[in-house]
Amino acid sequence: MSSTNTEVGYNSKIEGGVVVTKLDAALNWIRSHSVWPMPMGLACCAIEFMSASCSRFDISRFGMEVTRFSPRQADCMIVAGTVTYKMAEAVRRIYDQMAEPKWVVAMGACASSGGMFRSYSTLQGVDRIIPVDVYISGCPTRPEALFDGLMALQEMIAKEPALRLLKRERPVKPLYFS
Amino acid sequence: MLSEKDLELQKHLLEAYPYVTERPGSADHASVDVPADKALEFARALRDVEGFAAIQECCGCDWGVDASPRFSAIWHLYNYDKHLYVRMNVYAPDNAKPEVPSMCPIWAGANWHEREAYDLVGVRFAGHPDLRRIMMWDAYPYHPLRKDFPLAGVEVPFPDADTVAQTGVKVMPAPQNGGPFVSGCGHTLRTSEPFGRDQEWRENNRKG
Repeated sequence: MSSTNTEVGYNSKIEGGVVVTKLDAALNWIRSHSVWPMPMGLACCAIEFMSASCSRFDISRFGMEVTRFSPRQADCMIVAGTVTYKMAEAVRRIYDQMAEPKWVVAMGACASSGGMFRSYSTLQGVDRIIPVDVYISGCPTRPEALFDGLMALQEMIAKEPALRLLKRERPVKPLYFS
Repeated sequence: MLSEKDLELQKHLLEAYPYVTERPGSADHASVDVPADKALEFARALRDVEGFAAIQECCGCDWGVDASPRFSAIWHLYNYDKHLYVRMNVYAPDNAKPEVPSMCPIWAGANWHEREAYDLVGVRFAGHPDLRRIMMWDAYPYHPLRKDFPLAGVEVPFPDADTVAQTGVKVMPAPQNGGPFVSGCGHTLRTSEPFGRDQEWRENNRKG
């Protein structure tokens, strides 16, 4: 975002109070600092998420503290934990219920790749059913790593062509495995 | 090692119920074998006469592909008053279609335990009020904890048609990558840990 530009001040009374920027940048700035996460808590990573959202680590320092437990009100799904084949159906359904624009964070080894559960019951990575934007390592993920991943997501959001995506229909994100 | 209390209980059960046989090799508590047709009668006596009011666990067991009888169900029971455990093992007479009587009429708490044993090991419980799968989805065709079922799983259709239409996902065998990683006993960590066995990825063991 550009800083105050004295040359475009058209009125001497408000000169210095005008900020010139691109609409894209403004939209992305707003969006990236008001990410409302929805914890899709499936296993122990969800406990780390609780810790991250409490006062010791304090997720609200980064502009994404408004945790919503309804997919209608959230725009970032944090898949925290082991996704079994039985639960995968529900995860996909909740993802479909979220309104665009929406992002997905795979928190921890299990959500990213199946983790240590190389067995008949476990989906080997949630990216087989929903498009994942950020993968975070850890078993379980430390709160610091979660913040690092969410800040990476904020950087991704800040680079999106927001206006173009607003005007046209937002394209469906492709799956990594298809 | 069985304590004196447990030995006394085991002796008493064997004397009072002649159809019950001793199950040798129990390391902690009294443990008995009961024939399938006498199981309900014995269970009722355990609850009403011997005071085993609580069911702690019921598990199905697959004793091996070649074993006969191959399947059994084991109930773990507890006596609140005397602080005693007893283990009741019932072999399923038929290996192809294993079935043992359900203990739900005696201990209502057996319901979900028996559903789990049915789901994962495939032992059916005759007289169970609601014998459905509890862990795997209803249409899953296998019993995954049987000895002849691969740990990685086998390919079957994904349970939800909507998700399949959108993503084309399938239930696939999981990659093992040198596993399954079970650490052996009696070795040092260096040889029993996963990295001790799977050297494929080491720098000093380049492929090709």
